[in-house]
Amino acid sequence: MIRSLLSADYPRSRLVAAMLLAIVVLLAVVPFVFPGARSMSVAAKILVFILLVASYDLLLGYTGIVSFAHTMFFGIGAYGVAIASSRLDATWGALAIGIGAALLLSAVLALVIGLFSLRVKAIFYAMITLAVASAFQTLASQLSSFTGGEDGLSFRVPRMLRPAFEPFENPVLGLVVDGRIITYYLLFVVVLVLFLMLLRIVNSPFGRVLQAIRENDFRAEAIGYRTVVFRTVSNVLAALFATLAGALLALWLRYNGPDTSLSFEIMLDTLLIVVIGGMGTMYGAVIGSALFVFAQSYLQDFMGWVSGQFEAVPLVAALFSPDRWLLWLGLLFVLSVYHFPTGIVGRLRALAIERTARGGSTGSTVKVPR
Amino acid sequence: MSARDRLPLLLAPVLALAALPLIGNPASWATLTVAGLAMGMIIFIIASGLTLIFGLMDVLNFGHGLFIALGAFVAMSVLAPMAALTTADSMLLNLVAIGIAMVVAMAVAGAVGWGFERVIVRPVYGQHLKQILITMGGMIIGEELIKVIWGPQQIPLPLPEGLRGAWLIGDAAIEKYRVIAVVVGLAVFGTMVWVLARTKVGLLIRAGVQDREMVESLGYRIRRLFVGVFVAGSALAGLGGVMWGLYQQNLIPQMGAQVNILIFIVIIIGGLGSVGGCFVGALLVGLMANYTGFLVPKVALFSNILLMVLVLLWRPQGLYGAAR
Repeated sequence: MIRSLLSADYPRSRLVAAMLLAIVVLLAVVPFVFPGARSMSVAAKILVFILLVASYDLLLGYTGIVSFAHTMFFGIGAYGVAIASSRLDATWGALAIGIGAALLLSAVLALVIGLFSLRVKAIFYAMITLAVASAFQTLASQLSSFTGGEDGLSFRVPRMLRPAFEPFENPVLGLVVDGRIITYYLLFVVVLVLFLMLLRIVNSPFGRVLQAIRENDFRAEAIGYRTVVFRTVSNVLAALFATLAGALLALWLRYNGPDTSLSFEIMLDTLLIVVIGGMGTMYGAVIGSALFVFAQSYLQDFMGWVSGQFEAVPLVAALFSPDRWLLWLGLLFVLSVYHFPTGIVGRLRALAIERTARGGSTGSTVKVPR
Repeated sequence: MSARDRLPLLLAPVLALAALPLIGNPASWATLTVAGLAMGMIIFIIASGLTLIFGLMDVLNFGHGLFIALGAFVAMSVLAPMAALTTADSMLLNLVAIGIAMVVAMAVAGAVGWGFERVIVRPVYGQHLKQILITMGGMIIGEELIKVIWGPQQIPLPLPEGLRGAWLIGDAAIEKYRVIAVVVGLAVFGTMVWVLARTKVGLLIRAGVQDREMVESLGYRIRRLFVGVFVAGSALAGLGGVMWGLYQQNLIPQMGAQVNILIFIVIIIGGLGSVGGCFVGALLVGLMANYTGFLVPKVALFSNILLMVLVLLWRPQGLYGAAR
């Protein structure tokens, strides 16, 4: 059962398995153990990022395509939910229409961009997506009658997901179950299912071809795989999953604007998480997102404290100011591209293999994405 | 020069003429055209270094925008204590002040570029994926460091007294600074064409763009040449940053990332590695941005993407792209 759930792609390192288990269990019990608004928001953000980063990993880690338009699809999903819910009644039907329309738009856009630019070099694709994404962001804030412009859209969600909705009269296990809790578990289940689907995709024969293209596209083409087709399909799939992640974010926030879902910072965050967590390992998305969002939410307090200690030394204080935490993350990112190209998960797996090899049993070879 | 090479040269004049009936008023058309040419020249100064770096060593530097911001901020710091020169009512003194700022900005950007090449780019030659990631990382770090040094807020960078305002030619108002930008841009373009076409270094660079291995096997150290081109390209980005900052009249640390997008569009249009294509592409983008900004402001950014799509449909490798 576990084998088919994980698509036979085990964590392959005791530490990775322990971390994954801890993250899943913690995320599952957050509403009961830490019922505060802040901890719930952090947990929900982790969930959304897991899906967003995992879908980006399909593109970057497994297919070897660098795209800077991933947040565009994320934003399309969020806007789909926001626009449909604010124009139509706040019902499940409106949500379905919004998500469906967003998925369709994402698929078409990803297909067009893919067919247009994936024939040429990876570098071309990176540049074109960067340009398209920034144009899309401008468009979203310009079309204010449709998207709410810079202010964004606040909207109502179906009754069951509203904070005022309380299905049970008595608290369950000491917790008053309301619409927020239901929304949280909706996110949890959807992310879990979609993540397992992604795991299934990358471990299917299709996923193997993607990895072959990543390692050597010329050879993959020579064996007889149409690399353009595979790259485009991978691009569209990644876009669809990102769209769903965006829809979940909008559902949780009950708000969407250009800064929440379309900003370039989210794109950079996603890129950093994929690389630090581990490119080409779906589990890296989980561990990376959890660590990153946790650090983003709580490490900044710590940096503020350090900065306060160095108040007398202006430059040092500025270096440790909580607003500059991206600086340290960027350093970590560059170092990890050089020294741990497979990220946290890849590194831990390699350690596990070394240990097994020393123990005398046969270890399998590590795949290191270039 | 074959017909294939001549055809793209007509694009910018054709675009300018096509815009005339749409805009209607010749005076506004002249103002917009000069503005577009000025913007195009500044973009060209920035983008030319990037396209050469790519052409010579197959390295695409996503961190190029960093040097733009760096140049602009350094110039701001240099201009601040020279208030006597910048507020003087003599254009000559103003130009001297700006000239000093430009030289310092180019020197700093070039020096940082040298370090950037050594630390960030050199270990990942020949690995495109890592190059994109690592130069992006370098850009993030650099932008944060700029925020550490100069602060994250927007800083005004006023033009010196004598360069503000416009000359009236007939009904058309031609801003003085834009004329200066066009002159500097033409000077850079001329120098670059001269170096590439008439000097030995230029010959080696052109040969290296065409066939790196062959040049290496003839005994030239193309890596050393590449470091030189990288430093020069970064310095040019710094120069362009100064001019862009004065054009916008204010600076934010994120300006590099914003300009980066325009530059990428330009070098894709021109064909990666081609200086001439970069020049034509930059003028097209500058003109297009100003015309559409006037006619239909909402699609201003889209117009450049549209331009890129049209050019790529016509020539998939860009105007002067070499098939490789």
